[in-house]
Amino acid sequence: MTLPANDNRAERARSLPRPAATIGLLAPALAVVGVLFGGGLALGLVQSLGYLPAAGMSALSADHFARVLADPDFFKSLAFTFYLALASTLVALAVGVAAALALNRLAGRSRAIQFIFQIPLTVPHLVIAIAVAFLLAPSGLLARGLQGLGLLPSGVAFPLLVNDPWGVGIMAAYVWKEVPFIALMVLAVLQSSGAELLEVGRTLKADRWQRFRYITLPIIFPSLGAAGLIVFAYTFGAFEIPYLLGQTYPMMLPVWAYKAYSDVDLLARPEGIAAGLVIAGVVTAAVALAQGLTQAARRRGAVL
Amino acid sequence: MKRLLFGGMVAGAVLLPFLALVLWAFSQRWFYPRLLPEQWGLRAWQYVLGTAGTQMTEAFTHSVLVATVTAVLSVAGGVPAGRVLGLYHFRGKDLLSIVLMLPIIVPPLCVAMGLHLWLLQLELAATLAGVVLVHLSACLPYAVFVMWGVFSNYNLDFEDQARSLGASTLSVIWRVMLPLTFPGIVVAALFSFLLSWSQYLSTLLIGGGKILTLPILLFALMGSGDRPVAAAVSIVFVIPALAALAMSARYLGSRRMLGVW
Repeated sequence: MTLPANDNRAERARSLPRPAATIGLLAPALAVVGVLFGGGLALGLVQSLGYLPAAGMSALSADHFARVLADPDFFKSLAFTFYLALASTLVALAVGVAAALALNRLAGRSRAIQFIFQIPLTVPHLVIAIAVAFLLAPSGLLARGLQGLGLLPSGVAFPLLVNDPWGVGIMAAYVWKEVPFIALMVLAVLQSSGAELLEVGRTLKADRWQRFRYITLPIIFPSLGAAGLIVFAYTFGAFEIPYLLGQTYPMMLPVWAYKAYSDVDLLARPEGIAAGLVIAGVVTAAVALAQGLTQAARRRGAVL
Repeated sequence: MKRLLFGGMVAGAVLLPFLALVLWAFSQRWFYPRLLPEQWGLRAWQYVLGTAGTQMTEAFTHSVLVATVTAVLSVAGGVPAGRVLGLYHFRGKDLLSIVLMLPIIVPPLCVAMGLHLWLLQLELAATLAGVVLVHLSACLPYAVFVMWGVFSNYNLDFEDQARSLGASTLSVIWRVMLPLTFPGIVVAALFSFLLSWSQYLSTLLIGGGKILTLPILLFALMGSGDRPVAAAVSIVFVIPALAALAMSARYLGSRRMLGVW
């Protein structure tokens, strides 16, 4: 979802209704976000600073954060999570743009293809994780197919694609799930603008790559950026897919946080929450940084 | 020709995971490296619908209940907020949009961990209401952004005309605003429903293992390593989501949804 443009007719023509009415209309949403979301994070912060009366701890200190940050395993997890979220996002963006271009050219009005394309959006992450395990595991459908076709000489092990060191299974699940999301956001922009500009590009003898780089890409970039950030944030902080398809060491951060949080040792709980807050911080910082960089590049006149 | 090829590729890539689920759900005996089951059967279904039937019914009912209530509440909060954000420009709007965007960026795991202690004190932990509350914190912002997009393409003149003809505020809302924004409301409800439907970790943390939803049950069954049973439950889990998509498919492509994507 892109932030809708501000230049709509109705908005410029109208002044705001009475302040009381405005606040009343925003109140339910703000209450949920402020109390449940903001409150949840704030309470998490308090607990991660050591306030846990149930366990007899009530002095505030940064010890738990310090212990989390001093743990070398934590940094391995952080690096692995960063790599996997970034790689999944980049692959999904590339495939998503290609799919959107093809969809726009070949199947703009085919309802059947568009419907099939929307299916992954509705499938829970847990289900696709299970399906990917069935497909890519050493005894999965892919291994059976290759064996059947004689492409996998018997005795040679099928490569490890789930619970593997490179996170191939995790990436496959995320890419399958996120490509339609990216493609549909890009497609909406492609369908509403750009046809005339591409025509101009063609008359000016721009080749295919030039038309993509200097016409299509700048048009789709804002929604592409927004979609990429949402996907990155999601893959960085989601639990189900890495829990089922990830290796045991190093694990992705959300799994690490959950393991610490649910440890039988109650003293490890604040460390789990601290790790959760580190996830929240990294994700928020990444989004802010990307927004800032994009704006700075635009100000310098980069064609983005 | 190219179009057929592309359609085939899309269908293949999307449907392959379902093929794996269906094959395993109906297999009785299937040793490596056979490509297809040696013996088909309904053992997994007998287990899921028979032996584990009561648990399945409980999980299914809870999932439907939680996701429906979450979707209704999300839309109820999302429509008025989306109306203000879509129609008007005001000071602090950028800040407001960042605040509302944060729950979409920050994973529910962090929120659920913090909320647990509080809900415990309010005696809402391990209740359906508590689970709805934590789902709501993740789902409502999506409804706000969908309705924001809808209202940024909304023409207030229709409401003015109704009012000049003597319509009351209530009947303007009921007979002008809601019909005009209905496709958007359906999509906002669909997004919130699906997001709540697939929540696992936040339900587990707040429900403390006492609230059984379909994802919780599915995870428990995955632990037993019985592939056909996990496949069958996955299919039961995914069908309502697909049905929700099919029911709202005509609204997803609606012209009135242009502002959303």
